[in-house]
Amino acid sequence: MLVLENIHTHYGKIEALHGVSVEIQKGEIVSLIGANGAGKTTLLMTVCGDPQASSGRVLFKGEDITHKPTAQIMRSGIAIVPEGRRVFPGLTVEENLHMGGFFTSKQEIRKSQDHVFELFPRLKERRNQRAGTMSGGEQQMLAIGRALMTKPEMIILDEPSLGLAPLIIKQIFEIISTLRDDGITVFLVEQNAKQALKLADRGYVLETGRIRLEDSGANLLANEDVQKAYLGG
Amino acid sequence: MIAQNFRHALFCAFITLVISYPILGLNLEAQGISIKLTGAETQTYVGIALAVLIVFLFQLFRPAILGGLGRVKALNPLVDRQPMPQEKRIRFERVALVLIVLGAMFWPFIASRGAVDLATLVLIYIILGLGLNVVVGLAGLLDLGYVAFYAVGAYTFGLLSQYYGFSFWMSLPIGAVLAAAFGFVLGFPVLRLRGDYLAIVTLGFGEIIRILLNNLTDLTNGPDGIGGIPDPTLFGMEFGRRVKVEGNTSFHEVFNIPYDSTHKVIFLYLITLILAVFTLFIIRRLIRMPVGRSWEALREDEIAARSLGLSRTAVKLSAFTIGAFFAGFAGTIFASKQGFISPESFVFLESAIVLAIVVLGGMGSQLGVILAAIAVTILPELAREFSEYRMLVFGAAMVLMMVWRPQGLLPMTRVHINLKKQEAGVTDHA
Repeated sequence: MLVLENIHTHYGKIEALHGVSVEIQKGEIVSLIGANGAGKTTLLMTVCGDPQASSGRVLFKGEDITHKPTAQIMRSGIAIVPEGRRVFPGLTVEENLHMGGFFTSKQEIRKSQDHVFELFPRLKERRNQRAGTMSGGEQQMLAIGRALMTKPEMIILDEPSLGLAPLIIKQIFEIISTLRDDGITVFLVEQNAKQALKLADRGYVLETGRIRLEDSGANLLANEDVQKAYLGG
Repeated sequence: MIAQNFRHALFCAFITLVISYPILGLNLEAQGISIKLTGAETQTYVGIALAVLIVFLFQLFRPAILGGLGRVKALNPLVDRQPMPQEKRIRFERVALVLIVLGAMFWPFIASRGAVDLATLVLIYIILGLGLNVVVGLAGLLDLGYVAFYAVGAYTFGLLSQYYGFSFWMSLPIGAVLAAAFGFVLGFPVLRLRGDYLAIVTLGFGEIIRILLNNLTDLTNGPDGIGGIPDPTLFGMEFGRRVKVEGNTSFHEVFNIPYDSTHKVIFLYLITLILAVFTLFIIRRLIRMPVGRSWEALREDEIAARSLGLSRTAVKLSAFTIGAFFAGFAGTIFASKQGFISPESFVFLESAIVLAIVVLGGMGSQLGVILAAIAVTILPELAREFSEYRMLVFGAAMVLMMVWRPQGLLPMTRVHINLKKQEAGVTDHA
């Protein structure tokens, strides 16, 4: 579904990604783990076209999207849940969701909203509350719900567990696995390696702008190097 | 705590002394050809000393005084007011707007000529405030050079009438569209800028336009300005004593009433009123349309807005263009009202006043902007009896205002759009 071929990305003169190749099949959950500064977020941003890759290709559903403008990429069936949730704090839960359905019809908004409320009953309770006044976990749910409103075929999650309590993290990861059951491809970028790999069909380990390892989630969990570096021994 | 308070109080008292003594206590007097520095009367010194003492005591016991004031509920009637439910509030706002407009329509026939003239100015500021509200209040882009678009509108009319004899009605759309085009062009370089940097660039743009107008002497007549700008006509009827343009008729002759110079003032007022209502209506609609939503989304969180597929370019450019369009409107009316324009009318202070209107009104709130435009324009007029201190009074009023209601007169309350299960398609409360 999403293929990155030998991607190099620069910030000015500094190269952040040195030839990264990643492939995600339809219906998979793929996790990308790596330490701070490894280039995880840069990789995601390159998929979104900001910054664009300086060489290499990004293919989505077989189509080259490397040099398309961000707005167009985000409307083509990829949704991203940005790092740090980034809900619209002044808007209510419902309005946040409607912003997600900005490019869809009103009927579809209603349908996907019902679906999101089914997935996150908590959001339904708080539909008229301002998003900025909710807890971190609720905001994360809202951010995921908002991304779902765009009717994505693939959803990219950037550090969904960031700053959340363990219990909430568990909930969020459960939701992520139900997304796969709905037929949505998931690309999960995490520092929380253990949870991310447990859930994933396949995983990639990114280190200083290069892919170090690529294997099934279970194999990576068992891998000694990975355990040492990311799972605390 | 006490020691800290004491030091702070002493400092405040000292500042008061430093500010007030040279201004009030020292006079420059011309004696023959030399200028002598003389002191003021004893009374003034006593006054200054008293002021310093009051400031000192107030700052020293500030926590106690403010705490005491806070307990007196009567001073702040809004303290435990519940926000109105949405339906009621929308109805209230709509009724209030209709009443204001109706009142404004009949009012000039009973008011004095000077008052109507001032009211026209208020309306011009309302149009400007509503326009800037789109850029600053809704899209969250701090624009300090808004006056540039106002100038573009005014000069478009001035130049077209001078060189090609265009009338008000022909120039009005041209001025607005040209101003919008300038807004569009300015939009491009500032797309990547945010916050302070955006403010600086727009500030520079405002100055560029003014300086250009000042120095393009061949075209704009430089600092001498453009005079003889025609008044608006009503279906070819002029409001002057004599008809100026061939083929036009004169209002008082057609209706066979004696000539009265107030006709013109009232007519201009009514035109401005109609345009202000038009502006209000259009922007009200826009806010409830997807484009308005996208402005707000961009203001709230740019990254999130982009992650949902909104184009930053389109959203920002639309805000700038629409804001500038209405400034062009206001500029054309202003040129017609004054009959004379020069770069002097488009200094930074104008931008600042319009921005003050938006902030004072409560960013994003339309009714607030209208109230603030009235307050900001009328207040300096009312304070005229304080003569040279009137700007001081104005400043003090602004400071008090910001202390009392930091969110503005009528903070924006967002209309939310409900998707009702039973009535598909109908989603708007407007």
